[in-house]
Amino acid sequence: MSSNTLTEAAPAPRAPQQKPGGEPHRVGGGFLDPKMLWKSLPDALKKLDPRVMMKNPVMFVVEVGSALTTYEAITKPSVFAWVITVWLWLTVVFANLAEAVAEGRGKAQAATLRKAKTTTVARKLASWSPGNSGAESEVAGTELTLGDFVVVEAGQVIPGDGDVVEGVASVDESAITGESAPVIRESGGDRSAVTGGTKVLSDRIVVKITSKPGETFIDRMINLVEGANRQKTPNELALNVLLASLTIVFLLAVVTLQPMATWAGAAQSLVVMVSLLVALIPTTIGALLSAIGIAGMDRLVQRNVLAMSGRAVEAAGDINTLLLDKTGTITLGNRQASEFVPVAGVDKDALADAAQLSSLSDETPEGRSIVVLAKTAYGLRERHEGELAGAEFVPFTAQTRMSGVNLADGHEVRKGAGSAVMKWVRDNGGHPTEEVGSLVDAISGAGGTPLVVAEKAPGQPARTLGVIHLKDVVKEGIRERFAELRQMGIKTVMITGDNPLTAKAIAEEAGVDDFLAEATPEDKMALIKKEQEGGKLVAMTGDGTNDAPALAQADVGVAMNTGTSAAKEAGNMVDLDSNPTKLIEIVEIGKQLLITRGSLTTFSIANDVAKYFAIIPAMFSVVYPGLHVLNIMGLHSAKSAITSAIIFNALIIIGLIPLALRGVQYKPSSASALLRRNLLIYGAGGLVLPFVGIKLIDLVVQFIPGLR
Amino acid sequence: MSDTWAGLLQVAALVLLLAVSYRPLGDYMAHILTTKKHSRVEKVLYKTMGVDPEADQTWGTYLRSVFAISAVGVLLLYTLLRVQHHLMMALGMPKVNADLAYNTAASFVTNTNWQNYSGENTLGYVAQATGLAVQNFVSASVGIAVVATLIRGFTRNRTDRLGNFWVDLTRVLIRLMLPFSIVFAVILVACGSVQSLGDHMTVVHTINGDQSLYTGGTASQEVIKLLGTNGGGIFNANSAHPFENPTAFTNLIEIYLLLVIGFSLPRTFGKMVGSHKQGYTLVSVMAIIWVGSLIFSTFFETHHHGINLADGHAALEGKESRFGIPASTLFMTSTTLTSTGAVNSWHDSYSPFGGGAAMFNMMLGEIAPGGTGSGLYGILILAIVTVFIAGLMVGRTPEYLGKKIRPTEMKYAALYILTTPAVVLIFTGLAMALKGETASISSGNLGPNGSPSPHGFSEVLYAFTSMGNNNGSAFGGLSGNTHWWNTAGALAMMFGRFLPMIWVLALAGSLAKQKPVPETEGTLKTASPLFAGMLLGTILLVVGLTYFPALSLGPLAEGLH
Amino acid sequence: MSRISAPLRRHLAAIRAMLVFTVILGIAYPLLVTGIAQLAFKNKANGSLIKNASGQIVASSLLCQQYVDKSGAALPQYFQTRPSDATNSSNSSDPGCNYSYSAGSNLGTDSATLKSTIEGRIASYAKAYNIDPTKVPEDAVTASASGMDPGISVENADDQAPAVAKARGIDMATVDQLVKDNTTGRPLGFLGEKYVNVVTLNLALDKAHPFAAAKS
Repeated sequence: MSSNTLTEAAPAPRAPQQKPGGEPHRVGGGFLDPKMLWKSLPDALKKLDPRVMMKNPVMFVVEVGSALTTYEAITKPSVFAWVITVWLWLTVVFANLAEAVAEGRGKAQAATLRKAKTTTVARKLASWSPGNSGAESEVAGTELTLGDFVVVEAGQVIPGDGDVVEGVASVDESAITGESAPVIRESGGDRSAVTGGTKVLSDRIVVKITSKPGETFIDRMINLVEGANRQKTPNELALNVLLASLTIVFLLAVVTLQPMATWAGAAQSLVVMVSLLVALIPTTIGALLSAIGIAGMDRLVQRNVLAMSGRAVEAAGDINTLLLDKTGTITLGNRQASEFVPVAGVDKDALADAAQLSSLSDETPEGRSIVVLAKTAYGLRERHEGELAGAEFVPFTAQTRMSGVNLADGHEVRKGAGSAVMKWVRDNGGHPTEEVGSLVDAISGAGGTPLVVAEKAPGQPARTLGVIHLKDVVKEGIRERFAELRQMGIKTVMITGDNPLTAKAIAEEAGVDDFLAEATPEDKMALIKKEQEGGKLVAMTGDGTNDAPALAQADVGVAMNTGTSAAKEAGNMVDLDSNPTKLIEIVEIGKQLLITRGSLTTFSIANDVAKYFAIIPAMFSVVYPGLHVLNIMGLHSAKSAITSAIIFNALIIIGLIPLALRGVQYKPSSASALLRRNLLIYGAGGLVLPFVGIKLIDLVVQFIPGLR
Repeated sequence: MSDTWAGLLQVAALVLLLAVSYRPLGDYMAHILTTKKHSRVEKVLYKTMGVDPEADQTWGTYLRSVFAISAVGVLLLYTLLRVQHHLMMALGMPKVNADLAYNTAASFVTNTNWQNYSGENTLGYVAQATGLAVQNFVSASVGIAVVATLIRGFTRNRTDRLGNFWVDLTRVLIRLMLPFSIVFAVILVACGSVQSLGDHMTVVHTINGDQSLYTGGTASQEVIKLLGTNGGGIFNANSAHPFENPTAFTNLIEIYLLLVIGFSLPRTFGKMVGSHKQGYTLVSVMAIIWVGSLIFSTFFETHHHGINLADGHAALEGKESRFGIPASTLFMTSTTLTSTGAVNSWHDSYSPFGGGAAMFNMMLGEIAPGGTGSGLYGILILAIVTVFIAGLMVGRTPEYLGKKIRPTEMKYAALYILTTPAVVLIFTGLAMALKGETASISSGNLGPNGSPSPHGFSEVLYAFTSMGNNNGSAFGGLSGNTHWWNTAGALAMMFGRFLPMIWVLALAGSLAKQKPVPETEGTLKTASPLFAGMLLGTILLVVGLTYFPALSLGPLAEGLH
Repeated sequence: MSRISAPLRRHLAAIRAMLVFTVILGIAYPLLVTGIAQLAFKNKANGSLIKNASGQIVASSLLCQQYVDKSGAALPQYFQTRPSDATNSSNSSDPGCNYSYSAGSNLGTDSATLKSTIEGRIASYAKAYNIDPTKVPEDAVTASASGMDPGISVENADDQAPAVAKARGIDMATVDQLVKDNTTGRPLGFLGEKYVNVVTLNLALDKAHPFAAAKS
C-alpha cells in the first residue's frame, strides 16, 4: 500500500495494513493529536449555538442546565455555584470538541482534495464522433456538463469525471488515490473511467463527461469527508431515540424529586438539581455519538475507501454474505506450476528439463513459474535464451494451443493443452499412452490446469514426457481469514469464471463456504437476489460495466476505482486502491462502528450508579442522616461530592474522545464472545471506574475553599 | 419441622406446582391463540356479538377494538355502581358517589383493582359479581390478547394483519379463564372460602353484642381476582380475610393462581415463535427476580430491626397468624411482581426494606412474571432494549427473533419504558406538591406532630407506583377516597394501562411488516444465559436509576438508621 | 350493517360483547359456583358458622370475636384474640373484630403511634398474665391484617392458659387439653403457621366449663 496523501494534513499514522492470516489484526484508526483539540476549540465554541445544540437532545439539556446555573451563580454567587457552572459549560464544550475534532480531520482531508480541484480550463469539443473531433473551444472546467466531450493531452488535468472514448493515456491519479504509479486509461473496456482532477501524463484522450457540475467524484469526496451533508444512520437514529427517552426519564425523575424533597424539608438548590440531572443523563455517549459516526467514515477514508453514505458503512457491519472474486482476492492473480508429473519410464529430471526448455521464451507468469519450479524443486539452473544458439522458439498461438522450442540439434520440445500436444505426438509418429489422459484428468479434477510436455528426438517418434501441474495459488492466510468470517457469521461465496470442477477444488482449498462457477453477471445478480430473498445482506466488489446492476443490487457494493464509471456509480462504496480483499476490512469497520456506540452507551449508563452514590447522600443526608451510609466513597462533603461527580462527568468525555475516534478494539469472533468481552470492559468497567475517579477528584476538590 | 424448613418447603411446593403447569398450560394457551378452529359455542358468541371471526385486523383496528371494549367496560361498570341501590341483592348499600365510581370503574377495567372503598360496606352482590368480576375476567383476557398480537408481530412476516381481537378475547375467556375459575372456585369453597347469595345474618354474641355478617359470592370472585392478576377483594382485608383465604393451603393455591398464567406465558411465547429456549430464557429471568425479591423481603421481615418490642419484633403487625411471615412475604412478593395487588398482609406495616421491596417489585414494571399478558409484553419490550444495546456491542444492527430493531421499533420500545415512570413520578410529584393532598397520608405514619416522615412519603409513592403499574395493592394507610385522589388515580391507571398498549400494538405492527433476518453465527443469541444475565442487568439498572432518588426519600431513608 | 361506519360497528360489537360476557361471567358463572358450593359444601360455603343449641348463629369459626367488658378490658375467663383494628371508626367503643370493617392498622414500623400502642399492649399483657415484658409473644401485641384473625400462637395461648384456668376455677390440664384440641397444625405439615383458634376454644370452654361469674 502506498502512502496516503489524503491524510497528510491529519498527522495520523496509518494503521498497519492488514495481512491475511498475519498477526492478530484489528481495525485501527488514527490517533488523537492533542494539538487537534486546541485547533478545534473555535469550532467547538461555535457549536454552542442552541440551534445547533438542539440536534443533540442530551447535550442540549446540559446546555440549558448550564444556562440555568449560570443565572443562579450570578444572582446568588457562591464558590460552589460557580465551580459547578464552569464545569457544566466545560461538559458542553468537551462534547462539541469531540465532534469538532472528528470533523476537523475530515476538513483537513477535504482541503487536500480541494487543491486537486483547482480551476481547470477544459478544451471542449463542440461535437465529437469517432474519428471526427469537431471544433475545439476553451471553457472553465466547472461549466462542463453531462455529455460534453473534452480533449486532454499530456501534462493537462482532466477537467471532470468521464469515460475515455478515444485514445489511451497514462494518468496520474495520486490526487485521489494516493497511488503514485500512473495507471493506464483507454477507450472501451473496463478501464475507461477517468476522474476529474487527475492528470494525464502521456498521450491524448477524448473524454465524455459523465457528471454534472458540482457533483463530480471529487465534490462528493469533499462532501463526504467534511461530513457536510452527513445524515444520521438508522442505528444512530435508534440509539438517539433510546438516549432521548432516558434523558426524559431522568429529567422527570429530577424535576419530580423537588416536590418530594421539599415536603421532606430537603428542598434542593437549582444548582444541585441541575447537577443531578446532568450526572444522570447519558452525557458520555451523547457527547461522543456524532464523533463516533464521523470517525467511522474517516476510518474508511483512511483505508482509501469512499462510502457514499453512512448507511452503507453500517450495512457493511450487517453483511451475511460476501461475494468475492476469485482472482486477486482468494488466489494470487495467476496460476503457477506446482509439480511435474512424469509418465511411466520418464525420469522426473528429464521432464523438468524439457519443461524448462519449452518455457524459456514463455514470458507469461505461468511460463515463468515453470522455470522457477524447475529451479527451486529440481535444481535446474535457468538457461538463458542466448545459451541455446540456433534454437527456434515456437510461440503460443490460439490455433496450435502450445508452445515450445526447436533446438539446433533437431530436438523438439512442446508443451500445451493436452489434446493439442497429443495430436502433435501422433502427427510425429508417437503413441501417447493412456496414462497421459488419466494424469490430465486427475489434475483437472483437482482444480489444476494440466500442461502436457512432449519431445521429439531427431529421427525418433515423438513421445510424451509428462504433465505440468499448474494451479491457482490460494493467498497465504486466506483460509484463516474465511474461518474468522465464518465465526462472525458471514458466508463467503467465491465467484469465478472457472469450470465447476476447478472452482470446487479452489473453493475447498481456500475454505470458502460456497462458489459460483462459470459465473456470468446474470448469475451474480441471481445469486444476490436469492440471498436477499432470505433476508440476508450481501456485499460484493466489482469493476466492470456489466457488474453495475449487481453492484447496485447488493447491499454493499464496492466498486474498484480502476473500474468503469458505471460501476462506480452503481456501487455505494469505491475502493481507491482497487483491492478486492478490502471488503473484509470494510465489514470490520462497519462492525467496529456499532460496537463503539454500544459499548460507550453501556459505559455511560453504568456510570450513573456511582454518581448516585455520590450525589444522593449529599442531597439528603441533612434531613435523613441514615442516608450517609450510601456515601460509600467517603466523599469529603456534600459540595465536594457533587462537584467531583460533575467534574468526572466532564473529564470522562475528554478521556474517551480518542476511543471514540479510534473505535473500540475489535477482534473477529462470535457474537457471544464479543458481547461477553465488551460487557466486561465497558459494563463492569463503567460501573467501577467512576467510583475510583470521583473519589480521586474529591481528594483534590476538598481543598478548594467553599467546597468543604 | 423447623420454621425454616417449613418455609422452604412451602416455596418449593409452589415452584413445583408452577413448574408442572409450565408446559401444559403454556402449550394450551399457544393452541388457543393459534388454532383456526372455532368451537360451536364461540360461533354462537361471535354471531351474538356481530363480529366476523375470520377477519384479520391491522394493529390499528386491533387497538381500537381494545379501546372499544374498555370504554364500554368503564361506562357499564360506572353505571352499575351509580345505580346499584336500584338493583337486586344490593344489601342495602347506597349508590357509589361519582368520583369513587369513576375511580373504581377505571381501576377494574385497567386490571389494577385499586380500591378506594371497603367492599363489605360499599357494594352489593350485583355490583360485585356482574360489575367488578366481569371486568376482572375481561381485563385479564385483554392483556393476553395484546401479548398474543405482539408475538404475532415476531412470527408473521410482510403483513399488516395481526389477528382478530374478538376471537382472541373470546377464546381466552371461554377456554381459559372460565373453566379454570370454575374448578378453582370449587376447590376454594371446599377449603372454607364462602360462596352464597344470602343477605346479612345476625351473629349472636353475648359478650360484645350481636353483629351482622354476610358472606357474598366470594370464592367465584376470589379466583378470577387472582387468576387474572386483578387483586380487588370482596372484603376490605382482601386475601387476608378468612372468608377469602381461610387457610395456609388456600393461601398456597391463591399464590399459585396469581402466578400461573404469568409464568406459563413464556412457554406460549416459545411455542409460538418456534423456540422453547426463548421461553426458558425469559422465564428464567422472571424466576430469578422473583426468587431474589422473595429472599430479600423474607430476610428483612424475619430480621426486622423494629423499634417496638424489646426483643426486636413487630413483624407480625398486619400479618395473619395462620400464615406467619414466610407465607406472607411469599404472597407479597408474588402479588407485587405480578400486577395482582391482592394482599394477605398489609404492606404498609412491613419493615422499611420489606415494603421498599414491594414498591421496587412494582417499579420493575410488573414483569416477573407480571400481569396476564402485560407481564410478558413488558419483559419483551425490555428484551428489545437489551437486544438493542447488546446487538450494537456485537457489531450488528440489533435483531430479536429475526426482526430488526430499527428506529421505529426503538421508538415504541422507548415510549413504553418511558410511560410508566412518567406516570408514577409526575403524579407522585404532583401529590407531594399539593398541600391539600398530602393530608391523605395516614397521620399515624407521620413523624411527631404530623411532621414529614419517610414512611408518609412512601404511602404516596407506593400509591402511584401501584396505580401506574396497574398493580392495585397499597400502603393502606393512605386515604384515597377523596375527589383529587380518585380522579388522579383513575388517570394514572388509565395512562399506565392504555398508553403502553398503544406502543405494544404499534410495535407489533411494525415488526410484522418486516421480512425476517436469518440467524447466523454473528447473530446475538437471545436464548442464552449471557443474554438472560444482561436482560436482568438492564431491568435492574434502568429501574434502579429511574427510581433511586424517590426511593431514597422513602424506604431507604426509613430503613437506614 | 354495511351502512354503519366502522367505528360505530366496532362499538356496537363491544357493547354486545360486554353484555354477552356479563351474562356468562357475571351471572351464569357465579350462580353455577354457588350452586355447586351450596350442594357440596353447604357449611363452608356459608361461612363455617357455629350455632348454639337454640339454633342461633353464635360465631364463624373463621372470624375472631372480642371477649372484653364494656370498658374494653379483657375478660380473664376467656382467651383473648390478637388485637384487631376491625372497628367501626364512628364508634369509639368498638372493641374490634367487627365483621363489617375488616382492616389492619396500616401503621409502619417506624410509626410513633404503633410504637406507643404496642408498648401499651406489652405492658398490659405482661401484667395480666404475669409475663416478663421481654417475653411477650409477638402476635399478642400486633394487630392482624384482617382484624378478623381468629388465631393466636401456641405460646400466646400457653401464656394465657393459667389466667383462664384460674378465672374459671378449673385445672390447667383441662385447659391445656382444650387448647390442644383447638390447635390447627400447618396444612400438609409445612404450609403457614400452627395456631390456636380462640373462637372455637372459647366456645368449647363455655360449653364444657361454663363461667358462672360471667352472668353476675
